[in-house]
Amino acid sequence: MKATLILENGMVFRGESIGATVDKVCEMVFNTSMAGYQELLTDPSYAGQGVVMSYPLIGNYGVNSEDNESRQPWVEALVVRHLSPRGSNFRCEGTLNDFLKEHNIPGIEGVDTRALTKILRNQGSMNGMLTCAEHFNISEVLEKLRSYRVTKTVERVTRQASETFEAIGTQRFHVAVMDYGVTQHVIDCLRRRGCKVTALPASTPAQEVLSGGYDGVMLSNGPGDPAENTVAIEEVRKLYDSDLPIFGLCLGHQLLALATGAKTGKLPYGHRGGNLPVRDLEKGRVFITSQNHGYAVLTDTVDPAIAEISHVNVNDGSCEGLIYKRTKCFSTQFHPEANAGPKDTEYLFDRFIEFMGGEQ
Amino acid sequence: MPMHSGIKKVLVLGSGPIIIGQAAEFDYAGTQACRALKEEGLKVVLVNSNPATIMTDKDIADHVYIEPLNVASVTQIIEKERPDSILPTLGGQTGLNLAMALHEDGTLAKYGVRLLGTSPESIRKAEDRQGFKDCMESIDQPCVTSDVVESVADAVAFAGSIGYPVIVRPAYTLGGTGGGIAYDEASLREIADRGINLSRVGQVLIERCISGWKEIEFEVMRDSVGNVITICSMENVDPVGVHTGDSIVVAPTQTLANKEFQMLRSAALEIISALEIEGGCNVQFALNPASYEYAVIEVNPRVSRSSALASKATGYPIARVAAKVALGYTLDEIPNAITGKTMACFEPTIDYCVLKLPRLPFDKFTTASRTLGTQMKATGEVMAIGNSFESALLKAIRSLELPVKSLKMDGLDELYTEEIEDRMKNVDDQRLFVVAEALRRGFSPERINAITKYDVWFLDRLLQIVKMEGKLEKGVPNADVLRQAKDMGFSDQWIAQLSGSTAGDIRALREAHGIRPVFKKVDTCAGEFDADTPYYYSTYDEENEADDSTESSADQGGYHLPPVPKRKVLVLGSGPIRIGQGIEFDYCSVHSVWALKKLGCETIIINNNPETVSTDFDVADKLYFEPLTAEDVAAVVEQEKPWGAVVQFGGQTAIKLAQALTDMGVFILGTSADGVDAAEDRERFDEILNDCRIPRAKGSTVFTTEEALNAAHEIGYPVLVRPSYVLGGQGMEIAYSDRNIVEFMKVINQTVQEHPILVDKYLMGREVEVDGIFDGEDILIPGIMEHVERAGIHSGDSISVYPPLHIEEKHRQTILQYTRDLSKALGVIGLVNIQFIIYNDGVYVIEVNPRSSRTIPYISKVTGVPVIDLATRVMLGEKLKDLGYGTGLYQESKYFAVKMPVFSFEKLTDVDTGLGPEMKSTGEVLGLAEDFPHAMRKAFKGAGLKAPKEGGRAIITVKDEDKAEIVDIARGFAQMGVELYATAGTCQVLVDAGIDCKPVARVSEAHPNISDMIASGTVDLIINTPTNGRRHESDGFKIRRMAVEHSVACVTAIDTARAMLTVRAQSRSAELRPIDITEI
Repeated sequence: MKATLILENGMVFRGESIGATVDKVCEMVFNTSMAGYQELLTDPSYAGQGVVMSYPLIGNYGVNSEDNESRQPWVEALVVRHLSPRGSNFRCEGTLNDFLKEHNIPGIEGVDTRALTKILRNQGSMNGMLTCAEHFNISEVLEKLRSYRVTKTVERVTRQASETFEAIGTQRFHVAVMDYGVTQHVIDCLRRRGCKVTALPASTPAQEVLSGGYDGVMLSNGPGDPAENTVAIEEVRKLYDSDLPIFGLCLGHQLLALATGAKTGKLPYGHRGGNLPVRDLEKGRVFITSQNHGYAVLTDTVDPAIAEISHVNVNDGSCEGLIYKRTKCFSTQFHPEANAGPKDTEYLFDRFIEFMGGEQ
Repeated sequence: MPMHSGIKKVLVLGSGPIIIGQAAEFDYAGTQACRALKEEGLKVVLVNSNPATIMTDKDIADHVYIEPLNVASVTQIIEKERPDSILPTLGGQTGLNLAMALHEDGTLAKYGVRLLGTSPESIRKAEDRQGFKDCMESIDQPCVTSDVVESVADAVAFAGSIGYPVIVRPAYTLGGTGGGIAYDEASLREIADRGINLSRVGQVLIERCISGWKEIEFEVMRDSVGNVITICSMENVDPVGVHTGDSIVVAPTQTLANKEFQMLRSAALEIISALEIEGGCNVQFALNPASYEYAVIEVNPRVSRSSALASKATGYPIARVAAKVALGYTLDEIPNAITGKTMACFEPTIDYCVLKLPRLPFDKFTTASRTLGTQMKATGEVMAIGNSFESALLKAIRSLELPVKSLKMDGLDELYTEEIEDRMKNVDDQRLFVVAEALRRGFSPERINAITKYDVWFLDRLLQIVKMEGKLEKGVPNADVLRQAKDMGFSDQWIAQLSGSTAGDIRALREAHGIRPVFKKVDTCAGEFDADTPYYYSTYDEENEADDSTESSADQGGYHLPPVPKRKVLVLGSGPIRIGQGIEFDYCSVHSVWALKKLGCETIIINNNPETVSTDFDVADKLYFEPLTAEDVAAVVEQEKPWGAVVQFGGQTAIKLAQALTDMGVFILGTSADGVDAAEDRERFDEILNDCRIPRAKGSTVFTTEEALNAAHEIGYPVLVRPSYVLGGQGMEIAYSDRNIVEFMKVINQTVQEHPILVDKYLMGREVEVDGIFDGEDILIPGIMEHVERAGIHSGDSISVYPPLHIEEKHRQTILQYTRDLSKALGVIGLVNIQFIIYNDGVYVIEVNPRSSRTIPYISKVTGVPVIDLATRVMLGEKLKDLGYGTGLYQESKYFAVKMPVFSFEKLTDVDTGLGPEMKSTGEVLGLAEDFPHAMRKAFKGAGLKAPKEGGRAIITVKDEDKAEIVDIARGFAQMGVELYATAGTCQVLVDAGIDCKPVARVSEAHPNISDMIASGTVDLIINTPTNGRRHESDGFKIRRMAVEHSVACVTAIDTARAMLTVRAQSRSAELRPIDITEI
């Protein structure tokens, strides 16, 4: 079956339908990772977004039940050059096509993904619609696309009830994870370091966290425009005003910055991939990181009396990490847990452990 | 961190002659590194014995020494030049071993030379088997169960404890020389014995055999502060067991989920960090396809063949960055030359599929064992880029320039299915095609996987191709199917063949449906950043990225030059390195590009060899990484609409496309397609010779064996038999009898011949070769080269001497006149290469090639005449008399230059090492000195061929025709105190001549015989001239192979033996002095 992708700028791409045959409107972004499509599909940070894979061969190793990063996929639509009809891997349990169908995610195959990537790079992320309809009214579609906004995604992706995960090995700490769209891998990185983890719904009041007997709090990654989360920002401020060790990740990093007076802004086309170089200013070294964000903390809005920039993006100089003057509080824009992606910055989890009173 | 202080003059070591396992990739790496050093304002001193390289050009380094790569010679150069630093990691294993030897013997310390980049301790840790194992254990990286042994007995004992099969890997050898898989004790004894002999340190590693696991490679980089990045991941389609140089390789990895991928990536980075490498490094892993279990196979702490591939696959200039890192820069200080916006400290990500195929020499060595194992056999490789595995694979197959142009290999469809199943078990160069045939017969990917261990994903891709073949076989395809087939990489020709149409009709159909290729950029970042790199590949997609910068300069053929900025010139490269067409042609292509750029032309290069300088993205103004076939070239021509094309410099690959380009309406710069044809077409050429009154050996053209026999009878034996339109004397033989003719014709006709076969009278005289530049009126011959070996040995395998020693003035004048007359008659504009024979005081023409030759780089360097630059100018209409180098015969250099061939016989089992009309050498070295004997001595040293010293031992066994001539040579060696042995016939002749010589029993006679003597390791030289024929059961063949396997010098031509004697008698090592060719 044929499928069509219509972009907000009026461009139309035709290809073959893959996955579910439903119409979908979403924000289109591109990702340059060459492996890790399953982790990406199930990362809550993609809620509201359709992803163009710039690598042309997708689905090669199928899907399995181990590599999901959350309870369900969040990507709204998938655009690929070639979809592998079946996967080959010792853990493979099914095809990517069936996975998409099962989760009602539409996709399109056979479009010029490089051309599409360059359009999103040059003109910025924009909305798009995927449809299998043979005929459609382009002006109606464009109107729909122009009015579409990705909103309230944190509410959609967060847990409805708290959930506790036991530490792997001897338990040394108990960490609260504010689930703004946390990936399983973040939780596992903590568990592997002797942390019992309780993931809390995004709406959990700060007071509940502070009185819960936790050794530290992790502000998780998540989707959407950070400034939209006004209630959460207020609660983060309360956490900040306590002396509980805090580690902010991606959206968590942005919320913490917003809570302490800094501003965030939208990047032209975001950072999405597994090859982004970040300089750790303290270590004087560059690390390759995995990233997935469309917004960033604006460097010149960070009050040096409150926080210092600890990490910088080598390519565009944007803020990638903050270390706060208030003790035991830091955050990164990139994903040190990196799934999918390189694990070169997992040492930051060790810093968090140290802040909670453990050895390095 | 900025550059280390105190670096002003850097010594760079090259990798020496092209041999299997060490090819053009190091010219590419070395050239890029030298340019990176010069950019920093440093003086570069370059040493490489290989004259065919670009790195040994005056433009690349400040001081260039084409000298043997050994400790004595490099020490002299250090003494003379006093560099403050040495860069050891860009000259392959040869350069690395040499630098280590200079470090170990204290030379570097003595002269205060600093080793740049990775420390000697780190290199030792990575290179020494036990040291490496210990290091891996200390960081918990699993190695394959193994042990280092120094004796066969220990090898057998250890193998017994871990169980067979085991892999044997000798330490410190390149391309895994001498290694292999032993399935039982007997084979282990043989392989271990050979490996211990070949290893520089007498060690071999015996390891658990993990054949069948996935072989995964990572190219990684690290700098002095510990920044680490991966450049590229690669997956071998051939699982562990086949040397990666002989494997089909894809980039990036295709069948690894993120989890396994990150596991191996992290391991690679941990390894490079633990080894404290400063620069590029290659890490090879074996990964169990059914679990997370993996093992580190090998680490190369230097730039390698894989890093050349990774550079071309991603656009990331590894050698350049490695050189900067060695100087002390950190990765985040080095700009990414491709984007110009980002830094070298990032990981390239790609949005296409890259596939590499090895170029194996079995088309030349038809009798060689085709089995692939841990010993590399490929002479070169091709790379292709597509947006799918299928298209990259089919493009790569076309790029190989073998008879097979698609996934369908002739003859396989005639085999029984049982035979196909059997053949799949053979790990050889045809396995890919056999597997495809099995898929056609309905074998499931799973069943084939069980036999071959090719991952099912790859088999699924092949199945897609096979299914498409099936669709096309139903008849001329509709637009949809045609589009799919093109997207999958099918050529028009193959579609036509399958659907019963013609390539022309398919092309017309494509055009009718608007199915045309577009070009995409290679930009290191998958489109994430804007890049200006003019590095393209074709796909059947929508957006054409080459359009941005394309402006036509066509419609102005002939010598009516368009305004300078509008001249757009296409230069065709020479494809994969193979025997007969080596790195020399890349030298010529690159120089032509540079000359054209200097003249203000916009240059476009098409090539598919990832090892070469020509495919570096900043050589030409635009690089198209594509197969060199008419259809693929046509797509570029349509895109660029060049004013002209240069085909003279890309060897036979480019010349073959001259007619096709003419048909596309592209003006051929220099000699026209018709001129090329006139030189190749026997009848036309004979007519020209007649017109010019130039004699040549009597001969005729034939198609059948019967015609060949008649021709031979008419001309009289001996005769030369060869196919026309080939390079490197492919299939050429000297026939002495009807039996030979029948035998050779059978071999030649194994492949379908489009062109007739030539039968010529064989004249046994002195062979002479010239390269000339002709501008339509005048000729310039930079120098005449004389071959040491008489006619009958391919010019590429002969020792060549410049200036000539034995050519009388009158003959020189005749040669000049013939060259001029022939060039004029053939319509040559640009280069011409002619081989002559001087026979009975007459000059005869053997063959004319209106194109560049393999002697151009060397003759350019020793005469100082910039041959390619002049030829390019002439092709653009300039006249020699205006170019400052005069006309006629150029003045002779005061130096003698000896070009000596180098072979790779130890890598190829069952290949006869005896020299003949068919070329066998893979590379060459140059010896340069003020007199002939010392130049020859240097050449022998460079080639690693040692003559016996006093007290040494030589075995002589020559064919009857040579017995008279061997006497003086034998006497010369005897007089120098060499102990002589000979087989009965030869011995008798020598004893009769009063020479002290002892008999030795033949191979077929009772022990102890000649084989025992060779195996004992007490023989220094074997002089054995082959009787004609291709019989592998002959004594001579066995002796020659044994010599190779025991690393004993073996000379197979009487003239070579005499040259060796001259060197011994008339030159002394102590008198050798290094010569800086920039001062010539």
